[in-house]
Amino acid sequence: MDKILEVKDLHVDFDTYNGVVHAIRGVSFHLNAGETLAIVGESGSGKSITVRSILQLLAKNGTISKGEVLYHGDDLLQKSDKEMDKLRGNKISMIFQDPMTSLDPTMTIGKQVAEPLLIHNNVSKKDALKRAEEVLRLVGIPNPQARMNDYPHQFSGGQRQRIVIAIAIVDYPEILIADEPTTALDVTVQAQIIDLLKELQQKIGTSIIFITHDLGVVAGIADRVAVMYAGRLVEFGSVNDIFYNPQHPYTWGLLDSMPTLDTNESDRLNSIPGTPPNLLNPPKGDAFAPRNAYAMEIDEEQQPPFFKVSKHHYAATWLLHPNAPKVTPPASILNRFEKFKKLGGNVK
Amino acid sequence: MADERQVIVSVKNLKQYFNIGKPNMVKAVDDVSFDIYKGETFGLVGESGSGKSTTGRSIIRLYNPTDGHIYFNGQDISKIKSHGSKMKEFRREMQMIFQDPYASLNPRMKVKDIIAEGLDVHHLVKNDDERDKRVRELLDMVNLNPEHMTRYPYEFSGGQRQRIGIARALAVDPQFIIADEPISALDVSIQAQVVNLMQDIQKKQGLTYLFIAHDLSMVKYISDRIAVMYRGKIVELANSDEIYNNPLHPYTQSLLSAIPVPDPAIETKRTRIDFDHKRPFEDDQRLQEVLPGHFLYCNDEKAASLKKN
Repeated sequence: MDKILEVKDLHVDFDTYNGVVHAIRGVSFHLNAGETLAIVGESGSGKSITVRSILQLLAKNGTISKGEVLYHGDDLLQKSDKEMDKLRGNKISMIFQDPMTSLDPTMTIGKQVAEPLLIHNNVSKKDALKRAEEVLRLVGIPNPQARMNDYPHQFSGGQRQRIVIAIAIVDYPEILIADEPTTALDVTVQAQIIDLLKELQQKIGTSIIFITHDLGVVAGIADRVAVMYAGRLVEFGSVNDIFYNPQHPYTWGLLDSMPTLDTNESDRLNSIPGTPPNLLNPPKGDAFAPRNAYAMEIDEEQQPPFFKVSKHHYAATWLLHPNAPKVTPPASILNRFEKFKKLGGNVK
Repeated sequence: MADERQVIVSVKNLKQYFNIGKPNMVKAVDDVSFDIYKGETFGLVGESGSGKSTTGRSIIRLYNPTDGHIYFNGQDISKIKSHGSKMKEFRREMQMIFQDPYASLNPRMKVKDIIAEGLDVHHLVKNDDERDKRVRELLDMVNLNPEHMTRYPYEFSGGQRQRIGIARALAVDPQFIIADEPISALDVSIQAQVVNLMQDIQKKQGLTYLFIAHDLSMVKYISDRIAVMYRGKIVELANSDEIYNNPLHPYTQSLLSAIPVPDPAIETKRTRIDFDHKRPFEDDQRLQEVLPGHFLYCNDEKAASLKKN
């Protein structure tokens, strides 16, 4: 498979009133052509900052202190702002979380959708608007010809998010970065938007990076999944690896704390105790150790490296070290292992 | 069993309209009736704009209902005056937990003053020592460090703030708590902490909850019974297993089919049920009991055929 994008050892710091926050502390991953990669994590884990770094859309107090972002082998971090402008919204585009604030309220939606074409391509205004109309139809805005001249406030939340998606895909980008695109929406609308993204991926062959905190959404859209915690990846693998053969106790905790429709009221929910660490002073060892029931002494001292679970599945936990004691994961995770075996997987 | 249970809140034909008489009139809650039993958790689900929050806010009388009655322990509270002593008495029995733990705590007040505001208003403590003692008790109850009572809200995380909101609601020892999307703004790993806490407190204090949410899997988990709202009306009401295993209203079916499940095998096989929003209601329809304890918004003919089976 073709690696279309590769992030290598990314470090991002933020200068704040209280000191330097090490928001991203060595993140590496890649995106294959045509696939959907989901990045999951809690707020503050650094998932948004990671993808914003790809397009260099960080706030003024943020700096990428180390790392490479290779797009077709070309390091984007070495490019000038002008060169980046040519890529943004053209080859790589982004959908933001809040459809209410990512549209210009004073501009008709037809113009907003056509704008990337007018900036990047040498097309006439007439052609750009024609293309905008096609794309609005593609994302499911009814009667687009008439609605081109309407303003954002005349649309519902779900329709606005469709318009935001239309702007992002109007130039058929190679990479689409979607940062919690459905979080602000109702479940039925969310389901429609996810179906739409899948359909668009098939039609125009875009590769997608999908950021979310909702594991249910991930299960429905991702080919591969990366789990983030406190500015680092803790586990990555195929969607089946992560959901049926998870290895990191944080992944266990995330999967275990969600009630499924089979969970009864009499069963207590398993929560992850405590809160994520303050990244002003990142912990020396494994950042998850204080909340981890399976933590060992070495977790306090030394950050675990990535251990290989299977060909494309890695997890950064000392539990995978050959000398680590055998532990029993939560019951719901053992059920997932059973499903993995049925799918022909090899559970350690 | 239902007969033995005591009704704590009874909502009868509640209507809550806004901008009455103007062209932009909104029927946010349109003729809604239901009972909440003492000690249960009653879930109210629906999408944004369905009227679920408005229903909660009308019950606690943040609005003056347009029409209908709200009975609390048998007493009609739908008409009591906003600033009278009766309202004060009633507000001691009924409290609210809000969605946004950032916006619902006054940033200029210390945690202990936020929590003790209800104690002060109702003159429940005699002096500062007693007040501090009660605040410590409450912080302990929601698993926060009582030493932190002199801190300000910004020093706490989202989950901790929501615990402060819960402690504030508990301060006056209410019987009934309306929780309006209390976990929607929290991270997954924190949501479970807050839900567990709410359940522990319910068991200890015998509280009754009205739990308003759009996250259906969490609502199913926490609720004894669930009402599904759509465009200002309750379209279906039943105990939570029944709603999930035997949804009868097409809107409920559509809503359930859209819940994402953290299991790729289920997700790839899922088929969504679309709901036709064009003509959701007919004139001959009303909410009626079609199976024991299972209410559906439908016409008499449909109800009769369901009862036969």
